[in-house]
Amino acid sequence: MKTRTAARAGQYAALLAYLVFLAFPLLWLLSVAFKSPQELGSLHPTWIPRHPTLANFRQAFDEQPLLRAGLNSLLAALGAALIAVLLATPMAYVAGRRRTALSRAVTGWVVVSQAFPFVLLIIPLFLVLKNLRLIDSLPGLVMVYAVWALPFALWMLVGYVRAVPVELEEAAAVDGAGRLRTLMSVTAPLLAPGIVATGLFAFVTAWNEFFFALVLLKTPQKQTLPVVLTHFIGAEGVADLGPLAAAAFLATLPSLAVFALVQRRITGGMLTGAVKS
Amino acid sequence: MALVTDVASTGRPAAVRVTDRGAWLLVLPALIPILVLSVGPLLYGILLAFTDAQSGRTAATRWIGGLNFRDLLHDTLFWESFRIGLVWAAGVTVPQFLLALGLALLLNQDLRLRWLARALAIVPWAMPEVVVGIMWRLVYNPDAGILNETLHGLGLGDGRDWLSGLATALPAVIVVGVWAGMPQTTVALLAGLQNTPRELHEAAAVDGAGAWRRFRTVTWPALRPIALAVTALNLIWNFNSFALVYVLTNGGPGGKTRLPMLFAYEEAFRYGQFGYAAAMGCVMVAVIAVLLAVFLAGRLRGGEDA
Repeated sequence: MKTRTAARAGQYAALLAYLVFLAFPLLWLLSVAFKSPQELGSLHPTWIPRHPTLANFRQAFDEQPLLRAGLNSLLAALGAALIAVLLATPMAYVAGRRRTALSRAVTGWVVVSQAFPFVLLIIPLFLVLKNLRLIDSLPGLVMVYAVWALPFALWMLVGYVRAVPVELEEAAAVDGAGRLRTLMSVTAPLLAPGIVATGLFAFVTAWNEFFFALVLLKTPQKQTLPVVLTHFIGAEGVADLGPLAAAAFLATLPSLAVFALVQRRITGGMLTGAVKS
Repeated sequence: MALVTDVASTGRPAAVRVTDRGAWLLVLPALIPILVLSVGPLLYGILLAFTDAQSGRTAATRWIGGLNFRDLLHDTLFWESFRIGLVWAAGVTVPQFLLALGLALLLNQDLRLRWLARALAIVPWAMPEVVVGIMWRLVYNPDAGILNETLHGLGLGDGRDWLSGLATALPAVIVVGVWAGMPQTTVALLAGLQNTPRELHEAAAVDGAGAWRRFRTVTWPALRPIALAVTALNLIWNFNSFALVYVLTNGGPGGKTRLPMLFAYEEAFRYGQFGYAAAMGCVMVAVIAVLLAVFLAGRLRGGEDA
């Protein structure tokens, strides 16, 4: 009995250590975001701001075009998510229903696309987009994001398609429903939550993306949030800490909200894909 | 084709049978963009590695064979960056896995505050990498950072400028990499744990097997496939990682944290050496492929012995 209590205590101590490790940078970001410049300059910083202020948020919006960048990020992420889901769903349906070379190719492509360093992809993409005059343009970035999100979207959707029992479709067919009718009134409603989860995951991925945006967008007015955030850090690495923290905090909120919404479904979808492949 | 006849012979209703032409119509919308914007550029990128392509040049790009690779062979800066990349990838992936495994095992127990740990473990996953980098810059900040203040409070000296110190920069950056990548690994391992048969666990406990023994004989065999896949993916992701270190140190101080991706990015988009940077990309892919093959082959063989 005694060893059991000791083991429990050890487990709680370990859990506490994890909690501290995971939480302290987040709390510090919040702490800095709400501190006044005077307090940030003080010799011994404290965890809880002595005089909490929103001045950093105001200053952040004054220093960088955050609203514009947020709108750009939103457009890019929404566009990429919609296109990726629209393109991936039909293919995922075929790959999920017929275990052919196609579904193996999809799995293979997911793995290969993960292994390639982005440099090898971005240089030719840069040249191609330049010829199409899509460099430094949001539509160009949306295109890149959509295709970049495709492998994972396919992977998740194939899992969701397989989770819809084929017997339901068969039953509908026996009842005399045509193929289109079966797809629309039987398959689509059952697949909808999975499609939404996939879309939201693509949204978060695109919202957070940095490298492609850094290379493809040059005009400050067109840049997305992650790129604009790096402008708070000066050339010598010196940064105005308060506004930097405030802006970083704000930029996280949308993806955090979306992610909280779909987290369970995403991990579920990833694993069905992983286990059944 | 064979599958269609298979399905037909089992007598399934026509509605589920997607005809070949129908299937192609459904596949093409995704296939064309993948071929044009993903497969095509990759092949193009590999070809570029054998040319002298540069940004903003008017003269035609020439085919130069393996010259880029020969130059690369003698580029000590690149190999130094490559070495740093390997140290970084291994230094992040291994602790990431061990810490995630520990957390997943804890979360699989009936502990209080488990919900909080679960919620917290998701946050780094959802955060933009740039924000993770910014956040840790605030933690490491020599004057206003909490790390130095905490060390000072504990009487462990006055701390230092972690991200600019030649000796501390790489370890400091690796800690951030572990923090940022732990959640995905934890979630995947936790899901794997929940798939292990509980009855086996109980049977082993009844037979008097200790915790370690139960882990080795019951939990680990069930967890292995997921652990392998996750570690392999983490290794690739970490080796190719960019944004985190770009924000934290931009490769400094003195190139001590210049990962291969940062090196290739600068080569391509600061100096405009597209061909040379593409050659770097090719070398990176090749090394990753070899490492993975060795890793997976070793692990699979190890599994057969056990």
